[in-house]
Amino acid sequence: MEREIYLDNAATTPVHPDVAEAVMECMLHDFGNPSSLHRMGLRAEKKLKETRERIASALGVDPEGVFFTSGGTEANNLAIIGTALARKREGRHCITTKVEHPSVLNTFKYLEKEGWEVTYLPVNRDGVVSPDDVRRAIRPDTVLVSIMHVNNEIGSIQPVQEIGRLLKAQGNSPVFHVDAVQSFGKLDIKPVQWGIDLLSISGHKIHAPKGIGALYIRKGVKIHPLQWGGGQEKGVRSGTENMPGIVGFGEAVRWLEEEVDRGYLYRLKGILVAELTERVPSAVINGPPPEEGAPHILSVSFPGIRGEVMLHALEEKGVYVGTGSACSSRRGHMSHVLEAIGTKKDVAQGAIRLSLSYLNTEDEMRQTARIIGQCVKELEGFVRR
Amino acid sequence: MQRRVYMDHAATTYTKQEVLDEMLPYFKEIYGNPSSVHGFGREARKAVDLARERTAAALNVSPEEIYFTSGGTEADNWAIKGVAWANKERGNHIITTSIEHHAVLHTCQYLEKMGFEVTYLPVDSYGLVYPEQVKEAITDKTILISVMFANNEIGTIEPIKEIGQIARERGIYFHTDAVQAVGHIPVDVKDMNIDLLSLSAHKFYGPKGVGALYIRKGVKLHPFIHGGAQERNRRAGTENLPGIVGLGKAIELAVSNLEENSKRLTAMRDRLISGVLNSIENVRLNGHPTKRLPGNANFSFEFIEGESLLLSLDMKGIAASSGSACTSGSLDPSHVLLAIGLPHEIAHGSLRLTLGDDNTDEDIDYVLEVLPGIVKRLREMSPLFAQHKGGKHYV
Ligand SMILES: Cc1ncc(COP(=O)(O)O)c(C=O)c1O
Ligand SMILES: Cc1ncc(COP(=O)(O)O)c(C=O)c1O
Repeated sequence: MEREIYLDNAATTPVHPDVAEAVMECMLHDFGNPSSLHRMGLRAEKKLKETRERIASALGVDPEGVFFTSGGTEANNLAIIGTALARKREGRHCITTKVEHPSVLNTFKYLEKEGWEVTYLPVNRDGVVSPDDVRRAIRPDTVLVSIMHVNNEIGSIQPVQEIGRLLKAQGNSPVFHVDAVQSFGKLDIKPVQWGIDLLSISGHKIHAPKGIGALYIRKGVKIHPLQWGGGQEKGVRSGTENMPGIVGFGEAVRWLEEEVDRGYLYRLKGILVAELTERVPSAVINGPPPEEGAPHILSVSFPGIRGEVMLHALEEKGVYVGTGSACSSRRGHMSHVLEAIGTKKDVAQGAIRLSLSYLNTEDEMRQTARIIGQCVKELEGFVRR
Repeated sequence: MQRRVYMDHAATTYTKQEVLDEMLPYFKEIYGNPSSVHGFGREARKAVDLARERTAAALNVSPEEIYFTSGGTEADNWAIKGVAWANKERGNHIITTSIEHHAVLHTCQYLEKMGFEVTYLPVDSYGLVYPEQVKEAITDKTILISVMFANNEIGTIEPIKEIGQIARERGIYFHTDAVQAVGHIPVDVKDMNIDLLSLSAHKFYGPKGVGALYIRKGVKLHPFIHGGAQERNRRAGTENLPGIVGLGKAIELAVSNLEENSKRLTAMRDRLISGVLNSIENVRLNGHPTKRLPGNANFSFEFIEGESLLLSLDMKGIAASSGSACTSGSLDPSHVLLAIGLPHEIAHGSLRLTLGDDNTDEDIDYVLEVLPGIVKRLREMSPLFAQHKGGKHYV
């Protein structure tokens, strides 16, 4: 078999070797509990502080505003339920979009059951929400607007900067939450300048371990804790800190900040798209035009070939891709994102997601296009018979 | 070089080499998302399944009843809030104890604000909860009883089986925070009639940031974290794959060596306790003399600030704690020590030494060698000591 090519980086990424080393070092030698008063504890506390500062500096925010969680899902839950509970006296209306990740959508579904009202805004064919729609949806009792930065299935980029600005111009100024799990480390994010109050990020999408994430909370924004206990993370998120995860997160961010060329992913994507459209002219790109979407996500359909069939055919040849989001891929119904951008059912069923990382190579892009071309030929033949 | 002695295993343990070895491939090689359908995902899923089986075997339950979480705190929060919200039609009364970990206590206090009623049972001077009192506290509105398996500060082991039986007879859900017990003393969920049980890997030589909640089949509880369909739709969030693998290995190791380790630690603990009680005056042992965790020793020294004691020990290379790790840094005395009846000033002078696999007899010798001198020196500096010499003593 040929070399394996991993192109499911929007689902999760391999841990970077430097990160793995830092994680191991932490578990073996710096295993103290940051709350302990002795030297082992102080050492852990110092690491915790350094990592908080590193992540804050990558976002250009105050370290005091970075709160570690068990991942992107928990960060989204904390942002949404935490805001809803903290502001329930001011109003019970929230705004989001139809294309959010399940960790946002299902959290809002839960709030609806508890008596909140939620507006789910539509998106255009490229998967982009209109700032005007956001403006029009705002009511006097709107307490929270939650909009993702990059969509995990089709890579559309939401105009969060513009939305942030318009929200800050509102009288009652709803809290603005951005799920930046897919964009952190790949696109510029400036929470302070863009008027973002809450921002979720996750380690395992940027070559840090699974099970670590963070929520940025702008100073002065009230969040009701979800998880009570020993008062860690200033009482916002109790529980013994996942120190190896935190240290790994910090190392991954250091690597991204210091050693990675941000333009690289767009170059890879450009090669992939060019080769793919040349070899498989029938390929349909779902979502935004490749150069307008996120640098690492490409959703494509091949008419007449089901996504799962394509996925397994590619896997046989050593290429690993995703269908839709990993979280819902086991359930088998149509992706809510493709539905929201008006994809026809047969095209949606044919969608696969190719998602890149800084560890992929240009040659892998060419090989992938070639292998996809082969698979399409083989499968088309099969379908016609 | 100075001797380094780590005696704070109840705060956290190091991660064992065998555990690390097993985790390592899941960072760089088998790094798939367990929800992905391709080979990387399937391999990851297999690893999660194996960890689930190992955890279930350690507790004598079935794998479908194990749900992985981000730690003990999340498991406690989920169990209590999850039962409260899912069963509020049946009643709004919860019974717990006054010596629980803050993960339980603060969750219960939050529920009180939301309209639930909570009974915080008292304990005796050893920190024991009485099953009779549990029974008396039950009303027709009681939906949950939550009693910790073993206390994290004073090490007292509670009569879980008896309480479980009462709860089962009355049809009330029974949760136990077994974060300090699992891997250290026998825990048989079936035999003890436990409906929900919290555990945390970093207390038994696994990694931090991963734990589990056992949920008996049929128990009604709401999800705590919403999102993807992970953990059979009950706990959303991409699984902490290496952490879960580490938990599985650590619990298997801990349980297979449990008897032997417990014997070794108990002997060391008892030598430490009698050594301290025999060589230092005005000191008391907190917690039960025999119904206590194998590695736990907790003392109160009159006329001394626990923090000064900790710092002095730290300078001698001994890592210890004054109460639970979470509350150190706060100036309030431990709620557990107050609950067993210690006055504030005595509670302030307490020291928790928790032993673990890496401790040796020489470590005990070393502590017994340096501790009396430190206590003596600190007392000489204490105005209280001068005043109270010959006066009233609590110990
Ligand atoms: C956009 C988005 N938000 C949130 C999440 C959830 O993050 P985590 O996997 O860390 O729970 C993901 C990934 O699964 C995602 O792609
Ligand atoms: C009895 C008890 N319950 C719960 C916890 C919290 O677990 P974790 O540290 O995994 O959040 C701890 C430890 O801190 C504990 O000792």
